[in-house]
Amino acid sequence: MKRVGNEGIVISPIKNGTVIDHITPGKGLTVIRILGIQTGTPVTFTVATNVMSTRGGRKDMVKIENRELMKAEVGKIALVAPDAKISIIRDFTVAAKKSVEIPSDIAGVIRCPNPNCITNTREPVESRFVVHPRGFQCWYCDTVISREMDISDYI
Amino acid sequence: MTHDQKNILSVRDMSHEEIDVLLSVAAKFDQSEFTGHELDGKILAVLFFEPSTRTRMSFSSAMMRLGGQILNFGSVAASSVVKGETLSDTIRVTSGYADAIVLRHPKEGAARLASEIAAVPVINGGDGAGQHPSQTLQDLFTIRKSMQLENIDVGVQGDLRYGRTVHSLANALTKYDNIRLHTIAPEGLELPNYLRQDLTDAGMEVIAHESIEEIISALDVLYVTRLQRERFPDPAAFASFAATYRITSALLARAKPSMIILHPLPRVDEIDPAVDALPCAKYFQQAHYGVSVRMAMLHEVMRP
Repeated sequence: MKRVGNEGIVISPIKNGTVIDHITPGKGLTVIRILGIQTGTPVTFTVATNVMSTRGGRKDMVKIENRELMKAEVGKIALVAPDAKISIIRDFTVAAKKSVEIPSDIAGVIRCPNPNCITNTREPVESRFVVHPRGFQCWYCDTVISREMDISDYI
Repeated sequence: MTHDQKNILSVRDMSHEEIDVLLSVAAKFDQSEFTGHELDGKILAVLFFEPSTRTRMSFSSAMMRLGGQILNFGSVAASSVVKGETLSDTIRVTSGYADAIVLRHPKEGAARLASEIAAVPVINGGDGAGQHPSQTLQDLFTIRKSMQLENIDVGVQGDLRYGRTVHSLANALTKYDNIRLHTIAPEGLELPNYLRQDLTDAGMEVIAHESIEEIISALDVLYVTRLQRERFPDPAAFASFAATYRITSALLARAKPSMIILHPLPRVDEIDPAVDALPCAKYFQQAHYGVSVRMAMLHEVMRP
């Protein structure tokens, strides 16, 4: 059993899978949503929210059993939790540890907030956003989701 | 999209040099320096999903002047769109009929999507409140006919919040050196903050003014747009603004003799018809230049 911070919150270690640590507080469930895990998805996962971080402050934490994240999924997580750290667990030991990095081109994750954008129609097209000085810009209609907006509203 | 396919989707995609080359070709065409056979045997599919007589006619005229032919999509009501066909499928099919497509569509980003599906070049003829590059190139061309596109003061007046022609022109002007943008708009119809930020980030000086009187004498270009009645809370508010924002000969007496007035048309009451006879009134010429500019665009994407 692992103790997180000094609050006595315990999360069982996993044998195989992924641990996503140092998620921005309150964004743990958004991370789950980004990974496509919904009610009925046959995946065992644990979300700890607003736990004390050893780095100071608070954080969320997610553990997913028997699933190793792909590179594209890691990039998506960076959108809502840019400080997250990902550990791949194999047979109770950390097999790989990596930081997340915001991709410069994001397809199929962010819904364009512009209701008149071509990606919000029944056209067979994935949304696509690219990095813009103010945030992320829709590749198709140029709408910008700025840093002041909560991007998880559009995921 | 094929590897070497040339599309014209947004002026934002074009470099200063690409714009200059295109405008120089337009200038040659404007001086009748063309044979009329440049696009012999080529077919342009004109796909207009919403009405726009001028843009459609000027693209058609441009294609015919260069010797090409037009394939008209006709009205949406008579097309497969009413049967529920997606734009993607319409574009895929039309690609096989023509050498280039000019698309006008009510959804923003439609032209970029079309360019990714089409096997032939796509020109954006206006997509929703989004991009309308032929209008912007026409505006730049009109300015360039009268002065150099650098170190000038450009005033924009009217509905600066929703007017896409102003947004697109302002963005395009950031590609040129030392252009100051002066904005004059009624309360609530000012330039959106995000756009002001983008322009400033691109190095442009943007200055807001309470009235046109305070800046008219410094301007090299005055770009006027229509105030739309439906944007105002009541008819009295509209009438009051319309009177304040009207360009008259008396006001222009204080302008530089070299200043020019542009308007994307149609105009309603924002410019007194008496102004039309003054040398500074370039808006009808601006409309005529639309054909030369569209000839250059068609030539650029279809020339052998």
